[in-house]
Amino acid sequence: MAVSTPERISRDAVQALQAPPGRNRSERAFKMVLLVTTGIAVVMLVVLLLDILVDGVAFVTGQRLLQYSSRFPDQFGFRSGITGTLSLMVLVALLSFPIGVGAATYFEEFAPQNWFTRLAEANISNLAGVPSVVYGLLGAGVFVYFFSLGRSLIVGAITLSLLILPVIIVASRESLRAVPRTLREAGLGLGATPLQVTWRQVLPQALPGILTGTILALSRAIGETAPILVVGALFSRRADNVPWDINDAFSALPIQIYNLVSRPQQEFQAQVAPAGIIILLVLLLLMNSIAIILRNRSSRSN
Amino acid sequence: MDQQHEQARVDGHARTPVATIADEHRRNGARLDSDLARQAAAGRTVRDDAAVVFDLDDVTVSYAGFPAIRNVSMQVRERMITALIGPSGCGKTTLLRTLNRMNDLIPSASVEGTVRYKGADLYARHVDPVEVRRRIGMVFQKANPFPKSIRDNILFGPKATGMTFDADDLVEKSLRGAALWDEVKDKLDSSALGLSGGQQQRLCIARAIAVEPDTILMDEPCSALDPIATGAIENLMRELREHYTIIIVTHNMQQAARASDMTAFVTTEVSHDEDGRDRRSGRLIEYDRTEVIFGDPRDTRTEDYVSGRFG
Repeated sequence: MAVSTPERISRDAVQALQAPPGRNRSERAFKMVLLVTTGIAVVMLVVLLLDILVDGVAFVTGQRLLQYSSRFPDQFGFRSGITGTLSLMVLVALLSFPIGVGAATYFEEFAPQNWFTRLAEANISNLAGVPSVVYGLLGAGVFVYFFSLGRSLIVGAITLSLLILPVIIVASRESLRAVPRTLREAGLGLGATPLQVTWRQVLPQALPGILTGTILALSRAIGETAPILVVGALFSRRADNVPWDINDAFSALPIQIYNLVSRPQQEFQAQVAPAGIIILLVLLLLMNSIAIILRNRSSRSN
Repeated sequence: MDQQHEQARVDGHARTPVATIADEHRRNGARLDSDLARQAAAGRTVRDDAAVVFDLDDVTVSYAGFPAIRNVSMQVRERMITALIGPSGCGKTTLLRTLNRMNDLIPSASVEGTVRYKGADLYARHVDPVEVRRRIGMVFQKANPFPKSIRDNILFGPKATGMTFDADDLVEKSLRGAALWDEVKDKLDSSALGLSGGQQQRLCIARAIAVEPDTILMDEPCSALDPIATGAIENLMRELREHYTIIIVTHNMQQAARASDMTAFVTTEVSHDEDGRDRRSGRLIEYDRTEVIFGDPRDTRTEDYVSGRFG
């Protein structure tokens, strides 16, 4: 056994504290892989946006926003699509947010653990994966014909709400579940009722997460074409959906874009459609920004 | 050894009323001579005539059919500090949460036997757990203030229970009661999460007394606190004893010896079921005045535990 001098001890320590060979390399390699995956996602998005902007930004003019549709490409405006899409969004948010959050709250806070609850939960998760056109057919069959609501704004809104309800429920449940159990116990321990604890403590705490999920779901709804096509959204109408008549016919931006790109005229395909896409994207970004501001405000007040 | 003590030893749990336990000879002649025993013997004023608040008769609490703690019979008296001590996992917290029906929140939990609160069966059909918790407050192991202002933390309970109150008065009174007023009076509207751990726990106590309960259950309230904050809470408990009945679960034997009037020792017992598997469940081994538990316990298991030979 060698004599342990201070020098020897410190030499051994220096050696022992070094990373074993290969560790730094594998750490760095893993970080690179992560960077590349992030890069792919971001680059694809940027390319897509740039391509659309380059194609269409020159054709976004005031008249495209203010005029109704037209046979002539240079006179075509998205006014009925914009007002239709905006009306749809507001109605969808009003319908799907309370119903979705209500259902999520029931499942997380009040539902007894039994076969019925589990069956309902499994169904909701599955519904999130059902193709959107199926919701369109459901909307057409049930609301347009069975309830005789016709091809109206309210049917479009109900159909899109049904489409995104499962997503809102799942996201809301996740953020309710993230609220610590100790918070509920604190409230109940003070003699508050489960309703009071849920309403005044748990839901406000979960709200930022719930809003994030709702924003994502609404963004999906704003771009959907298939379901509203099936329930009878119009390509063209010379009227606005604002102010509302929920029984009125409606148009929507995705329908107009879809229709424009399938037209034979080159101008519609290469000039008007990209302009419509940009307007849709801007609407989407606007809506998301409002929602993000709302979310940040609610998480700050907590 | 008189007959009642013999009885307690035989069936493993103490049912002897407080009054008859006060045997002078044991008070004078503690067998164990430890710091704990001396702390426990210092300055006790146990009122033998205090009214019974909780009367537990053969209480067994099970999770999914497996008893976590079984056959507990004890009486908790008014305006005293009663400590529940014992090793981890012995069912102390389960027993405590049985007393304000907090275990109702766990769907698989079930309670057998009777728990009487001032003579009323807590688990009778018509009893509303919300009303139970309104009168029997709780302070938890980890300070859990609401992520809101200090004022809102205090006022949530009174608002929820529909009390009529003057907000400013109640906030001040509650915070003074929890010895926190001087530290926070200038920042009542700032977030409770900005307070230190000890202050947060005292805020939780202030919040609990704001709804004017008559009993406060404390589940290891000091386990995450440093000695100074712990000392502050123990002093506070002694003041609160003037008005409230306090039951405290603690891992800290010094705390039980210093602060409590009565101590119950709970430990895990292993038994075998029909298939020969081990079944672990908590048992109340001994329940007596604190100075008896720490100075002259009857049961060797208690003695081993309080003298550090076990657990």
